[in-house]
Amino acid sequence: MLNRAYVSDKAARYLLWASAAAVTLTIVAILIFVGKEGLLTFADVNPFAFFFSPEWDPPQGHFGALPFFVGSITATLIALLLGGPLGLACAIFMAKVSPGWMRSVMRQASNLFVGIPSVVYGYIGMTVLVPWSRETFGGQGVGVLVAGMILAVMILPTITTVAEDAIRDVPGPLEEGALGLGATRWQTIWGVLLPAARPRILAGVILAFARAFGETTAVQMVIGNAPRLVPGLTSGTSTLTSQIIMEMGQTPPGSPWNRALFMMAFGLVVNSMLMILLVRWVSNRGVAK
Amino acid sequence: MSRARVFDRLATLLLWAAGLGTLVILAAFLIRILGQGLPYITWDFLTTRSQAMKAGGGVGSQLFNTFYLTGLSLLFSLPIGVGAGVYMAEYAKPGRFTDLVRLSVEALASVPSIVLGLFGMILFVNTMGWGFTIIGGALTLSLLNLPTLVRVTEETMRSVPAIYREGSLALGATRWQTVSKAVLPSALPGILTGVTLVAGRAIGETAILIYTAGVTASRHMGDLNLFNAGETLAVRIWYVKSEGLVPDADAIAAGTSALLLIVVLVFNLALALPLYLWQKKRMGR
Amino acid sequence: MAEQARISAQNLDLYYGAFRALRSISLDIAEHRVTALIGPSGCGKSSFLRTLNRMNDLVQGARVQGKILLDGKDIYAPDVDVVLLRKRIGMVFQRPNPFPMSIYDNVAYGPRIHGESNKRVLDELVESSLKGAALWDEVKDRLSKSALGLSGGQQQRLCIARSLAVKPEVLLMDEPASALDPISTSKIEDLIRDLRETYTIVIVTHNMQQAARISDFTAFFLSGELVEYGSTGAMFTNPKDQRTEDYITGRFG
Repeated sequence: MLNRAYVSDKAARYLLWASAAAVTLTIVAILIFVGKEGLLTFADVNPFAFFFSPEWDPPQGHFGALPFFVGSITATLIALLLGGPLGLACAIFMAKVSPGWMRSVMRQASNLFVGIPSVVYGYIGMTVLVPWSRETFGGQGVGVLVAGMILAVMILPTITTVAEDAIRDVPGPLEEGALGLGATRWQTIWGVLLPAARPRILAGVILAFARAFGETTAVQMVIGNAPRLVPGLTSGTSTLTSQIIMEMGQTPPGSPWNRALFMMAFGLVVNSMLMILLVRWVSNRGVAK
Repeated sequence: MSRARVFDRLATLLLWAAGLGTLVILAAFLIRILGQGLPYITWDFLTTRSQAMKAGGGVGSQLFNTFYLTGLSLLFSLPIGVGAGVYMAEYAKPGRFTDLVRLSVEALASVPSIVLGLFGMILFVNTMGWGFTIIGGALTLSLLNLPTLVRVTEETMRSVPAIYREGSLALGATRWQTVSKAVLPSALPGILTGVTLVAGRAIGETAILIYTAGVTASRHMGDLNLFNAGETLAVRIWYVKSEGLVPDADAIAAGTSALLLIVVLVFNLALALPLYLWQKKRMGR
Repeated sequence: MAEQARISAQNLDLYYGAFRALRSISLDIAEHRVTALIGPSGCGKSSFLRTLNRMNDLVQGARVQGKILLDGKDIYAPDVDVVLLRKRIGMVFQRPNPFPMSIYDNVAYGPRIHGESNKRVLDELVESSLKGAALWDEVKDRLSKSALGLSGGQQQRLCIARSLAVKPEVLLMDEPASALDPISTSKIEDLIRDLRETYTIVIVTHNMQQAARISDFTAFFLSGELVEYGSTGAMFTNPKDQRTEDYITGRFG
């Protein structure tokens, strides 16, 4: 009887170890498969042209992916600009100002925001925000502004959750110290709580950046899908993700066009790896201080 | 009133505005989605198959595929995800391997879903030569579930008080008996919450599925063939709005969006409620 | 000591990393007697208790030198089966730690992991163990109810019953009454006196009256050292070491 217990103890240890190893294996496989396919682009395409040429016309042999990098970055920055302050304000509100019942309402709201599928965000953007933008600013309506607005809502829960936890975890004595000196609540928040919580808030913002940068469907539905450098806030352009999803289906595997799309995907992976390293660096710096 | 006090009042006002504003945005979203979509949700819409060119098609197959793919993806990812989480919480010793796994989990969680989709496409559609299949879609989808499951399992296992482990080990239980009989049951509610989270995301996922499960669905309702293409509700919305040829694309998108939202909400409730009751019972009233 | 030694620690050192938590402890624990370990917090009494069933193995960086003999055999020898050892040496913890399952399942947990699945045998074991822990009459009508619904004192006696169910030879108790109210405490103390008939008991306590009431032998620890060890009566009336006297008269700790 005991023997059986020992055997299953051993077996479980190995199986659990193998599960953990499988996770590592998966990410390595992704890096290798996508990276290899992507880097093969440079067998046919000049790397400099890929990264710095604005001309994307694959049938004519032009593989300048600059517009997509610029499009992704612009849309993401707009999202952070709009969603960042709002998310942070919500976080402060939930952590320090709001009464308990309101906080639980906000929590549920945050969960609902997370629960809404990105294609539904895209659909709303397409049917509500794009017409609104067209009427307000003229032009096509599609473009980085609407994409940024939709992304701002999508990253709201990320920023709010991380920032609220960060503010809440600031040690009580710090806060009481400030209040005890006669500081107002806002002075305490601004002067004590936010600086103390800054590393983690920053980490939350970076996570939000990574999320927005990699978002595909919602962006593709409102960006206009025109492969050109961002011409303005409300004119069609394209991003890395939207261009991949639009064109992947029409390119034969192994063609330079197909590989160029994979190279863009590899760019997305590299970006997200950099982001998690950045998060780690920011968080560690916060601890060391 | 002093300047500081004025600022304090103003800030409080603005913070309230931010909180309420967020709720208004959410309410507007929900009202818009449900208001536009609910009228289209009829029995026919839910049960008939979709049309490629003509108006009047339903989303029956897509509804089925949504659950089928989500269920399969959980089937694939749960053992590995929970296993890896248990390993990290109960067995891992500080060291290179543990650091590597932790970094891998974070990395996998941050990979954009479109990239996972392309990876699945290389692996299952091209290399295995399956084409667009439900099994390929589900396997790729499980990569999305994996990091969340690992993280949630690890966190929940860690939050189980050490005294349970000690109590069990002191009775002469092996490590695995302790983990499986004393710790896992206590961690189960937390893990199930993680499963809801993961399932909710899987139900709404598009980018992963477009190039793995494809944008067509079987003509037969409830077709279990794993090697059929398997368009889901979310993919259907995307497809009709960006590439589809059906004349009633707007109606289908509106109805499907509302349906998808309801499915996600009901799913969350359906799992949350029994969980709550079970936990209450376990705690001995 | 005239009594037969069941457990014998010989020049035992315990390190947590570089910190030396126990300094060459030598101590014989008599069979069918209650041995109390006393001393101020951080003195090493709990650490010593945990070396007796190798619970310290779980602590990262913990290392033992010296020997602990159980019936003459070193429990730190490489061929020793820790699982079997812990079956023979039961432990009750400071905070009651019933598992979040029914009262019955809590008591049956140990027998089950050791391979007992016969319902009749389990029923009998659960009953005899709960009786042994003086809890049977209070819970016999609600065995299928969650153990977390019991009071703290009942939970602790349930934990004792849970230990008894695997039929240990030695019971280690780590301040088993420190989290309980006075009435529950006296119930536990009565129970310990009864259990002495069948088991060898080692109990850590910070409560000197408790040690005086229930134990046959007392060991006084200070800063990882065993200062004095002897029969409880002698130690409390006539301590040999000045530090022991200072401690039991309440001059420090």
